[in-house]
Amino acid sequence: MATGTEPPATEPRPRTGGVRDGTRAAIAAPHLRTDRWWLAPAATAAGLLAFIVYSTWRAFANTDYYAAPYVSPFYSPCLAENCEPMRSGPNWELFGSWWGISPAIIILIFPLGFRLTCYYYRKAYYRGFWASPPACAVAEPHATYTGETRFPLILQNIHRYFFYAAILVAGILTYDTVLAFRDEHYAWGHMGLGTLVFLLNIALIWAYTLSCHSCRHIVGGKLKHFSKHPVRYRMWQWVGRLNARHMQLAWASLLSVALADFYVYLVASGVFDDPRFF
Amino acid sequence: MSSYEARFKVWRGDVQGGGLEDFGVEVNDGEVVLDIIHRLQATQAPDLAVRWNCKAGKCGSCSAEINGRPRLLCMTRMSVFDRAETITVTPLRAFPVIRDLVTDVGFNYTKAREVPSFVPPEGVAAGEYRMMQEDVDRSQEFRKCIECFLCQDTCHVVRDHEENKPAFAGPRFLMRVAELDMHPLDAADETGLDRKRTAQDEHGLGYCNITKCCTEVCPEGIHITDNALIPLKERAADRKYDPLVWLGSKIRRR
Amino acid sequence: MSVVDRQEWDVVVVGAGGAGLRAAIEARARGARTAVICKSLFGKAHTVMAEGGIAAAMGNVNSGDDWKVHFRDTMRGGKFLNQWRMAELHAQEAPQRVWELETWGALFDRTKDGRISQRNFGGHEYPRLAHVGDRTGLELIRTLQQKIVSLQQEDFRETGDYESRLKVFQECTVTRVLKDGPRVSGVFGYERESGRFFVMEAPAVVVATGGIGKSFKVTSNSWEYTGDGHALALLAGAPLLNMEFVQFHPTGMVWPPSVKGILVTESVRGDGGVLRNSEGKRFMFDYIPDVFKEKYAESEDEGDRWYDDPDRNRRPPELLPRDEVARAINAEVKAGRGSPHGGVFLDVSTRMPAEVIKRRLPSMYHQFKELADVDITAEAMEVGPTCHYVMGGIAVDSDSAAARGVPGLFAAGEVAGGMHGSNRLGGNSLSDLLVFGRRAGWHAAEYAGGAARPRVDDAQVDTAAAEALRPFSAEGEEPVEGPPENPYSVHQELQQTMNDLVGIIRREHEMEQALAKLAELRVRARRAGVEGHRQFNPGWHLALDLRNMLLVSECVARAALERTESRGGHTREDHSAMERSWRNVNLLCALTDPTGGLAGTDSVRGQIALTRETTEPVRPDLLALFEKDELVKYLAEEELYE
Repeated sequence: MATGTEPPATEPRPRTGGVRDGTRAAIAAPHLRTDRWWLAPAATAAGLLAFIVYSTWRAFANTDYYAAPYVSPFYSPCLAENCEPMRSGPNWELFGSWWGISPAIIILIFPLGFRLTCYYYRKAYYRGFWASPPACAVAEPHATYTGETRFPLILQNIHRYFFYAAILVAGILTYDTVLAFRDEHYAWGHMGLGTLVFLLNIALIWAYTLSCHSCRHIVGGKLKHFSKHPVRYRMWQWVGRLNARHMQLAWASLLSVALADFYVYLVASGVFDDPRFF
Repeated sequence: MSSYEARFKVWRGDVQGGGLEDFGVEVNDGEVVLDIIHRLQATQAPDLAVRWNCKAGKCGSCSAEINGRPRLLCMTRMSVFDRAETITVTPLRAFPVIRDLVTDVGFNYTKAREVPSFVPPEGVAAGEYRMMQEDVDRSQEFRKCIECFLCQDTCHVVRDHEENKPAFAGPRFLMRVAELDMHPLDAADETGLDRKRTAQDEHGLGYCNITKCCTEVCPEGIHITDNALIPLKERAADRKYDPLVWLGSKIRRR
Repeated sequence: MSVVDRQEWDVVVVGAGGAGLRAAIEARARGARTAVICKSLFGKAHTVMAEGGIAAAMGNVNSGDDWKVHFRDTMRGGKFLNQWRMAELHAQEAPQRVWELETWGALFDRTKDGRISQRNFGGHEYPRLAHVGDRTGLELIRTLQQKIVSLQQEDFRETGDYESRLKVFQECTVTRVLKDGPRVSGVFGYERESGRFFVMEAPAVVVATGGIGKSFKVTSNSWEYTGDGHALALLAGAPLLNMEFVQFHPTGMVWPPSVKGILVTESVRGDGGVLRNSEGKRFMFDYIPDVFKEKYAESEDEGDRWYDDPDRNRRPPELLPRDEVARAINAEVKAGRGSPHGGVFLDVSTRMPAEVIKRRLPSMYHQFKELADVDITAEAMEVGPTCHYVMGGIAVDSDSAAARGVPGLFAAGEVAGGMHGSNRLGGNSLSDLLVFGRRAGWHAAEYAGGAARPRVDDAQVDTAAAEALRPFSAEGEEPVEGPPENPYSVHQELQQTMNDLVGIIRREHEMEQALAKLAELRVRARRAGVEGHRQFNPGWHLALDLRNMLLVSECVARAALERTESRGGHTREDHSAMERSWRNVNLLCALTDPTGGLAGTDSVRGQIALTRETTEPVRPDLLALFEKDELVKYLAEEELYE
């Protein structure tokens, strides 16, 4: 044991920047995780991709989006002259006649922007599509990283404006749901399977929209003293409880909005008739 | 009581180099990984370097990576692993290694110094502080932090990009900024210090892409992302990216 | 050996727990350039383990509380052996120290009107403990740590260097206090990370190293608690006071084995938890000692009513001082009424709704869930006594925290003796750290300001360096002594010895056995050898710590053998009564060979010499705070008539 008691002179290995940086523990593997860490990002990517494919097809199709009294949420409000007429439905011809392509494109910008800048979806696609990082403690493949410090990702900071827009859209979809209590002849006081689908969808849309982190900030999170604003404190707590399920609501509402659209498509394209309850 | 022999791979070495060393070691009922590391020290590798203190998940010293995941050695029960599994223990991989499982966590202490401290309110004497529980709840959650630095270790902003270290405070210290900004009596504003703005401008909040690994690894279960980082991003947006709020504040000041 | 890094400071604080940091803050605030040395990382000190709260008579919850009541409780808890002036200062200054923390950013739990909430605790007449859930120690250490950072930021603005006036040297161990004649001249130590030696020259040294629990097998203490400060003071020529008083916390975890000893906070009982034996009986009602008969409930009903109506009912006996509860649990287990793993049951699950438990005892819930797979909201915990705190320590001046006999040496916190007498009340530790940490820093700075700079003796530095390097050359030097010893094995045997023979219940012949075993271990510890080099080598660190643990263990065993009575944290089976004649007797430990040879291996003579000392009589106005009837139970005949 008469070994040298002085520590060895240190001469660090070359610096490479990441987990294999010369100053860090010399481990060649980019990660040592033994669990199926790739499953979550892969599933996320697959789910989002499926929705993108479906929604792109439906948004550009410009057909089969109205089957009285139901209007597909992708096409509501319908803001061009080329919209199908819906009696007292959400068509307001703000864009006039020059708009040639599918009117869904106009309005979809808003929910798309809302979801694109959403704090949950950001996590989902940064992980799933960008692999930045693919999973926790798994090295990412990029040489440099600036996050959301510069254009274009710095634009994520405007999430709250999309939230305001999303409130309006949700309001209109609520209106659509009310209209769904008519029958195909526009007589009030009826209900069909579609009405149920719309009810489910609008509930989830509202829950997702109100569970938004920006909403949580606006209703009360920005305050320093909750004790001086008891009502906003209560609202903040309420939104906070919803917010804890933001991820689940994000997926549920994504699914329900696609389902509502698909239901309208099936009825409009004549695959089957909307079963009426009364 | 049943005991068995577990297979371990423990990283040994220093900044010059090193590698995973194989060990076979006895494991008894109810033990945690730190117990096994201690058994290695006492029986097979007396100079195996490891940091630890309280052994009860309260001090945050024994941070390491077990099977590639940042965890506290003292709070990882052996029963979560399959008996046949080889368990790999390495030092934190975001910080410079010193020896074996011990890393140089000086980065965190540097960052701690860069966050301006609590500013006591002018004219309120000690003993006269009045704060309501609902006003301190949020900051109290963040003060549960045991500074194990697992969040700092797992955050890809610095883990995968050494060059970001000067500009980015890391989740722990962004959370500290949030804690102070939400402190009901912090008087930073009165001294001209805008914590919301400096979070973005000086502590690198913009680097965070809210991928939530910090929250995933937090042994205290603090909702770092949802309760600290995102609210802080929203507060920074109030200051820097929201013309409505800006306009509102101009009008109110008149 | 002359290539040792040397630095000059005004005040060196050894230890960065609550007392050390508070001392450093005070010394720096009073103008002294201050260095803090700690074995762990900054902010990891054992103070983080404190759960329940800081005792301070602020009267926020019950306005009947004031310093006098707190003083009375402290003296009763310590069975009147407390250094009364310390207890007085402590009770008077604690509220200021707590309020001051708020101005540094601490966030305690609040009352309805926005003041600091206070909770009940064993031995405290009123709800008195300022707390943050059950992680008060963490809040305390973090607040002090952040205050130090804020002072460093101030210094940075003025001097351009964060560490110009206050610097923390983390992961460094001090092995010797250096002296210039009778007075302190600095400290010698090594960096754990690199193994390099350093000397800090300073006229004043504050020792704030905490306790000695790592000499016992079942303990709530971390590896740092190796009695370093006690040993440093002994070796520097300062005496230790009343080392026989070791507090066994009644409720430590007993299962699984790897976490045996980890603390279960007293708040569990303060908030309504009850102790039951295997027959389901709340046995504490059978263990109320005479001196406390009038203060505690006689029936379960009364005890339960007390939580809601403390003014008209007496508290349940689960909230007796810790020594009483620990002995009671010990007795139940011995009588065969223990739980499956050798403890008793501590139950909150039938007393409070699950959400309340999770809110008020979050880290206990977490600790049992994670470490023992027990859901405390659904089932009872198994608990048993665990070595928790040493009441004995460096003998100090009450007002200035100066160690006796060594000018320039100060001590605060657990390492200082006297404050808690023979038994400490829960919550009095954190307030002790703050009150006397501040006083130590203040007087150290004052002393350093007035003292000429001492000279560091090179010979002492060389001796210290040789002593520290010895474990690397355990082989070969003195081959006659035998093969090198594994420091881990020596340590384990020491822990077993102290646990079995000088534990919670003590017997004369066992302690004699312990002293013989300690003598043997001392010889073996001198042969403790280590492999590898000096860079972060835990085997080496332990080999060096063994010296301290052995010194301190001998103090405990010797003093315990000498005191032929039972009082507070010292229980003799062969002398089971508290003797009034021992009330005013202090036992002082000093080195037999003050030249520092440490050669004494003779089990009879050993390294430690004991002397008896009569305590200073309690000041009459403080005595007057008690009823005569009560004093009769404690005070010696002649003290009463004065």
